[in-house]
Amino acid sequence: MTELIVSDITVEAKNATLVQKASFRLSPGELVALLGPNGAGKTSLLRSTLSIESRTSGKATIADIDISSLSPMERAKYISYLPQTRPLAWPNLVRDVVALGRFAFGAGLGQLKERDAAAVGRALRACDLEHLSGRSTNTLSGGELARVHFARAFAAEAPLLIADEPVAALDPRHQFRIMNLVRDFVSKGGGALIVLHDIPLAARYADRIIWMKEGCVVSDGSPQETLSAERLHEVYGVRAKVSGVTVEIEGAS
Amino acid sequence: MPLAPRSLLVPGLAVACAIAIFAACLLGSTPLPAGQVLDALFGGADPADRLVVWSIRLPRALAAFIVGVALGASGAALQGLLRNPLAEPGVLGVSASASLTATFALYYGVVAVTPWALPISAIIGALLATTIIALAAVRTRSVVTLILIGVGLSSFAGATMTLLLNFAPNPFSLADMISWSLGSVANRSFDDITFVAPFMIVGLTILWVTRRGLSALTLGEEAASAVGLNLQHQRILTVLGAGLVTGASVALAGAIGFVGIVAPHVVRPFVDYDPARTVLPSALLAGFILVVADIGVRLMPTDSELKLGVVAAIIGAPAFIWIAIQRRALSD
Repeated sequence: MTELIVSDITVEAKNATLVQKASFRLSPGELVALLGPNGAGKTSLLRSTLSIESRTSGKATIADIDISSLSPMERAKYISYLPQTRPLAWPNLVRDVVALGRFAFGAGLGQLKERDAAAVGRALRACDLEHLSGRSTNTLSGGELARVHFARAFAAEAPLLIADEPVAALDPRHQFRIMNLVRDFVSKGGGALIVLHDIPLAARYADRIIWMKEGCVVSDGSPQETLSAERLHEVYGVRAKVSGVTVEIEGAS
Repeated sequence: MPLAPRSLLVPGLAVACAIAIFAACLLGSTPLPAGQVLDALFGGADPADRLVVWSIRLPRALAAFIVGVALGASGAALQGLLRNPLAEPGVLGVSASASLTATFALYYGVVAVTPWALPISAIIGALLATTIIALAAVRTRSVVTLILIGVGLSSFAGATMTLLLNFAPNPFSLADMISWSLGSVANRSFDDITFVAPFMIVGLTILWVTRRGLSALTLGEEAASAVGLNLQHQRILTVLGAGLVTGASVALAGAIGFVGIVAPHVVRPFVDYDPARTVLPSALLAGFILVVADIGVRLMPTDSELKLGVVAAIIGAPAFIWIAIQRRALSD
């Protein structure tokens, strides 16, 4: 089974500890939300897990293979990673951007092999982008562009997906749309780790929530187990009413 | 889907280049008819015609073509690497740095040791400048900063070149310096081409083989790495390839600017803005532009011949300004 196991990762930069002895697991078939305030070290934890950022100590393995020993191409076949969205450098076509998800399989834009074209087609269909496939990305709305990036991640058909704040700039409808895509991916056997800032959204969709504060993982469990008014006070410094998985944030505490 | 015109882009450009090179053999102070040129090319015709075609016009046209191909390919590759349509060997100061090291080799007698010294020293200058730009690009995301570094490199190279020439043990003329900094393919022979050919071939091969990574970089560096690109390798290889071909082109023709901006810019809409698919047509278009511009240079009725680089800049510099203004309106 392609399980991601992260144990005791520490990331230090210029005398500051960004991540301290953080551990977590991600398995196929589960949707995990990574929550924590700005600067809690979520992005550093993900980047160091993938060996995109160097770490001071700790280990991350996928399917029992040390991730730092994998080439970027081998890694991409296990884990699709969507970093925080940056503007595209050129106004490429939607289908070309999605086809970049097949980069690790040697796909060249404009001359896809049958296997790659089929994967791109499935990803476009899954994200409801078929009618936009010939459009230039600079003509899309924010919600459409977010779906393009997810289609790119799905096109790789990797067992695991990690996305860093994929819904941060989206309106509620598009947030739900993106989270539904992630849930579909998980229901088909994928494993997803999504960084979110929207606690009610996380509570509604996640099978498990990993809570981070000041570089440490402070809690890891199902929303029912770990979501509480005390937790929100401790992690975010907010006053909130919690009943079951329904959250109402009232203000700063 | 306008598929047909797109699939015809590369073959069409290749044919246009062949026609332009052939036309360059016809035209000149004594125009030769097409039949005579064809005869001369295939070993017929009289010796005088053969001499004109094989020793003067063909090598000159080929030199212009090769320099164009080099600048078009390295412009497209650097733009893909830096994700910026204004990147180009001339603007980034790579050509000027190559001119500096090439003039040093020429006037300080290094070239007397071996003819390979000229291309190699030009390439060293080009690689130094490309490396500085690439290192700066890792630190800053700003387009403007890179171009300012290019301006700095160009000014430094220009000033140092003047200084070197003042102290040079070998006599030189102002005309020599102008040739280097403006660029020309006048009086080039097949020997000149031979000495830059290996570097051109290696450099162009590197740029060709690594072009796919440029597509991934469209997503930004982190996402490119996430889809499987080895960033470190891509940076080193693109810098190496662009440095090799730019250095070799400067050794052959001096510093010719702006072609590397114009050609990719014109080609891009026809290849759906994919940086990888820009490289080849951009190389061919730049080759075509320089061959045609050089025909213009030769036919222009001026007392002393115009420099090819002057013509290139007269077309290219306004295009550069235009692209910069457009970009300003869009984003950064």
